[in-house]
Amino acid sequence: MNMIAENFTYLYHGFGIASDPFNILLMAIGILLGVIIGVLPGLGGANGVAILLPLTFSMSPTSAIILLTCIYWGALFGGAITSVLFNIPGEPWSVATTFDGHPMARSGRAGEALTAAFTSSFIGAFFAIVMITLIAPLVAQFALQFGPAEKFAVYFLAFASFVGMSKEAPAKTIVSMMIGFALAAVGLDMVTGQLRLTFGITELLNGFDFLIAVIGLFGIGEILLTMEEGLEFRGKAAKIDPKVVWKTWKTLPKFWATSLRSCVIGCWMGITPAGATPASFMAYGIAKRVSKNGKNFGNGEIEGVVAPETAAHAAGTAAMLPMLALGVPGSPTAAVLLGGLLIWGLQPGPMLFVEQAEFVWGLIASMYLGNIVGLILVLTTVPLFASILRIPFSIIAPVILVICAIGAYTVNNNVFDVLMMMVFGVLGYLLKKTNYPLAPLVLAIVLGDSAEEAFRQSLLGSGGSIAVFWSNPLVSSIMGLGLVAGLWPLIAMGFSKLRGSSAQPA
Amino acid sequence: MEQSHHGAGSGPKQRVVEVGTALLTMLFGLIVIYGSVLVGYGWSSDGPQAGFFPFYVGLIICLCSLINVVLGLREDPEAIFAEYSQLRQVLKVLIPACIYVALVPEFGIYVPSVALILVFMIWLGKYRWPLSLAVAFGVPAFFYITLERWFLIPLPKGPIEAMLGL
Amino acid sequence: MKHLHALGLGAVTALGMTALSMLPAAAAWEPTKPVEFIVPAGTGGGADQMARTLQGIIAKHDLMSTQLVVINKSGGAGGEGFLDVKSNKGNPHKIVISLSNLFTTPLATGIPFNWKDLTPVAMLALDEFVLWVNAQEPYKTAQEYEAAIKAAPDNTFKMGGTGSKQEDQIITVAIQKALGKKLTYIPYKGGGEVAVQLVGGHINSSVNNPIEAVSQWRGDKVRPLCVFDSKPLPYTDKIQGDMSWSSVPTCKSAGLDVEYLMLRGVFMPPGVSQEQVDYFVELFKKVRETPEWKQLMKDGAFNQTFMAGDEFKAWLDQAETTHKGLMQEAGFIAGN
Repeated sequence: MNMIAENFTYLYHGFGIASDPFNILLMAIGILLGVIIGVLPGLGGANGVAILLPLTFSMSPTSAIILLTCIYWGALFGGAITSVLFNIPGEPWSVATTFDGHPMARSGRAGEALTAAFTSSFIGAFFAIVMITLIAPLVAQFALQFGPAEKFAVYFLAFASFVGMSKEAPAKTIVSMMIGFALAAVGLDMVTGQLRLTFGITELLNGFDFLIAVIGLFGIGEILLTMEEGLEFRGKAAKIDPKVVWKTWKTLPKFWATSLRSCVIGCWMGITPAGATPASFMAYGIAKRVSKNGKNFGNGEIEGVVAPETAAHAAGTAAMLPMLALGVPGSPTAAVLLGGLLIWGLQPGPMLFVEQAEFVWGLIASMYLGNIVGLILVLTTVPLFASILRIPFSIIAPVILVICAIGAYTVNNNVFDVLMMMVFGVLGYLLKKTNYPLAPLVLAIVLGDSAEEAFRQSLLGSGGSIAVFWSNPLVSSIMGLGLVAGLWPLIAMGFSKLRGSSAQPA
Repeated sequence: MEQSHHGAGSGPKQRVVEVGTALLTMLFGLIVIYGSVLVGYGWSSDGPQAGFFPFYVGLIICLCSLINVVLGLREDPEAIFAEYSQLRQVLKVLIPACIYVALVPEFGIYVPSVALILVFMIWLGKYRWPLSLAVAFGVPAFFYITLERWFLIPLPKGPIEAMLGL
Repeated sequence: MKHLHALGLGAVTALGMTALSMLPAAAAWEPTKPVEFIVPAGTGGGADQMARTLQGIIAKHDLMSTQLVVINKSGGAGGEGFLDVKSNKGNPHKIVISLSNLFTTPLATGIPFNWKDLTPVAMLALDEFVLWVNAQEPYKTAQEYEAAIKAAPDNTFKMGGTGSKQEDQIITVAIQKALGKKLTYIPYKGGGEVAVQLVGGHINSSVNNPIEAVSQWRGDKVRPLCVFDSKPLPYTDKIQGDMSWSSVPTCKSAGLDVEYLMLRGVFMPPGVSQEQVDYFVELFKKVRETPEWKQLMKDGAFNQTFMAGDEFKAWLDQAETTHKGLMQEAGFIAGN
């Protein structure tokens, strides 16, 4: 109790530091830069922060970290923009946002989708910050419980709660997911240090980055699909309504349950080393199963935007906690921020909260303010971004192609990736037209590698015994949850049968 | 999803494309199996070898592709994949895009981008030259300034940029 | 605007320098466009941190007339980055920072490159390795831990490390050889993750670099047992209780005859001129004089050996032979 009171005193001081006019200005600059970074696919939060890191060396550590974390928030906000408008997620955790966000944009509701995405991001992040404020040191300890087996269990849970959701033929869903796993396996095998599936081709050393696949499958594939409809299709779609923000806000409160659930999923996944991507997929998968409108998910349901965005941002924010308290980054961007902290002579770890209390609480205070500043800034841009869709397709299409090519190149600074992007584009068109679901493929590319790695690390530790996944209460309960989630369609069917048969006699 | 909207045009049959796609995924599966066998796919003393997972992934791809071939053959033989007129539209984008991508390694990203936008706007969009030129040069210039100047991210460049000393 | 300004400043310094040094040999080469600084590892790792610190120091002190741009090419255990530099023959606007994967990657994966394909510029520092255990373990000294390993059956103790068939595993194999007992080696993606796994008790020990584990030590979560160097570290600032880096004994003195240091050096593509190499040697000499660099060295308890020219080449030759021997013994050389 005493500790919490002490924390609030620090936080109060923190607000004093963070609300310094210079720092507020830095927040605004950071958010804007972040949004630009988020909008350019491939550039991504981690790269963006890494690139701007050296620019901050001449600032005080607190100002520098405020600028950098605001770039991070901005990139988180910005990632949703391209997902909604062009079906191109800029970050792994924006993929689930495209499922309903882009259909909304196609039916002329881009403004609503963007407002819902931004607002949900804010709510998710805010929930996570409050959690950090209240129980930071306690929660940090929880992350230490996660060894390879626990990590694998979390990935398993993420997969299990997401699969089985598609309407397509099961054999097609499986092929799609397995292609994802296979692509994720290309390159260096971390556990044995061997190259695999590269066939001596140097360009394949790096494997297939998820972003290249996604830019191609979703972005280029979408352009090709749109072309079928002819050039006139776009243009007229979006109507610009400056009041769209208010109108959307009125509809959001009824999704409070989804929101709260996604916040909890996000915070939990953010603290465990699994991070934002599984959080967003899990939240989407669960919302789809639980929601009344679940059947309509994928056709432009606003709840399908709220769920993943809230979870991703709660996770993205919560991931800051293990970084500060343990020195273990919960996301690539956090890893770069961590490097920044070290350069300023701040060593994240158990002692940071004690030795550098002022810095830590200044940072936490800046999270509150930064997110509020961010929300206001990005909401004002909603009509602007929504109006991009009014540009005729024959102008916007080549520009999107150029952006995709630049995005694909910047992921690894490799022109080969630009060629791969085009291959994925054609593949995406073909698979979509033949009713293969793309989401499982993308999920498998993003998580396949990490899941396999965690699985094999666990087995190394246990000497090859599978029992390691049931060896303690934590890992057993996550695995159990995963099994329930995976088998849920069967369980649900069983229930409805039971109910059906008991209803008949009555 | 959109395939049968347009009613009675002629075009390649959905069935053919379905079977073709399934054969393609099967080929992919076989390549994966081959690659896994190269690095060893057994279960050694300390857990699975490098090729263990990819091997079974490849196997599952092949099996499910087989199912998809069968399912594909059972599809409605009349349904078409897309009308030829639609495919022509798609090719109008695809061919310039492929040429664009093929030019990037040799000429960098800027010059092909200018050409791509010009071709699109003038040939497909029927815009006038002044607007087309403005967009075609404006967009790459914007990326040059933001990426190379502000964010210090070098993009691929070709002989023309080298001549200009950029 | 800012760029123009920087350019102007650079031009002024360059003019000033030529005016000052009227020596005939000083018709010095200068970069004419941004220099790419390749990092053959992921963002956030040790090499990446060092590269970005260098970038920051060079920008802050205006040590170069153009910018230094850091680019990560981590594919194939860094092979991608080295191949990129190797294929840029004669390009003076590209440098690469190396870690031990300069030697281990071609041996372990068969990716075709060798340090002799690149032009060595300078060794910036050497990174130390320390044997760590969880602070809750009963072992206070390396001897006690060694005795525990020797007393238990093979594979009882779990050693965590970064990557597979790279420096951490090489050291682990050397320890196994010295003790005559097998350890279970578990590879992780990064050093920070290894340190946290150690704190969480999922592994028994690690050979983390000082900078990766120092904050956990400061929080009394992990304990250093010995350092894999020939002499103790020189840094005497108190870190945990009365302990400083200098109070960690060498492993050799603790009965574990293993020594290993990791190269942090800079290379250029093949076929560049001596002038161009000299420019970068001078640049890094200036960097070493800055307070920021000294702070980094102290924080990370680095071994501050600096080498260039033939001395550096001789060191590389020696190091390559050592790695080949170690990897051969461990059976890490790629089959094909």
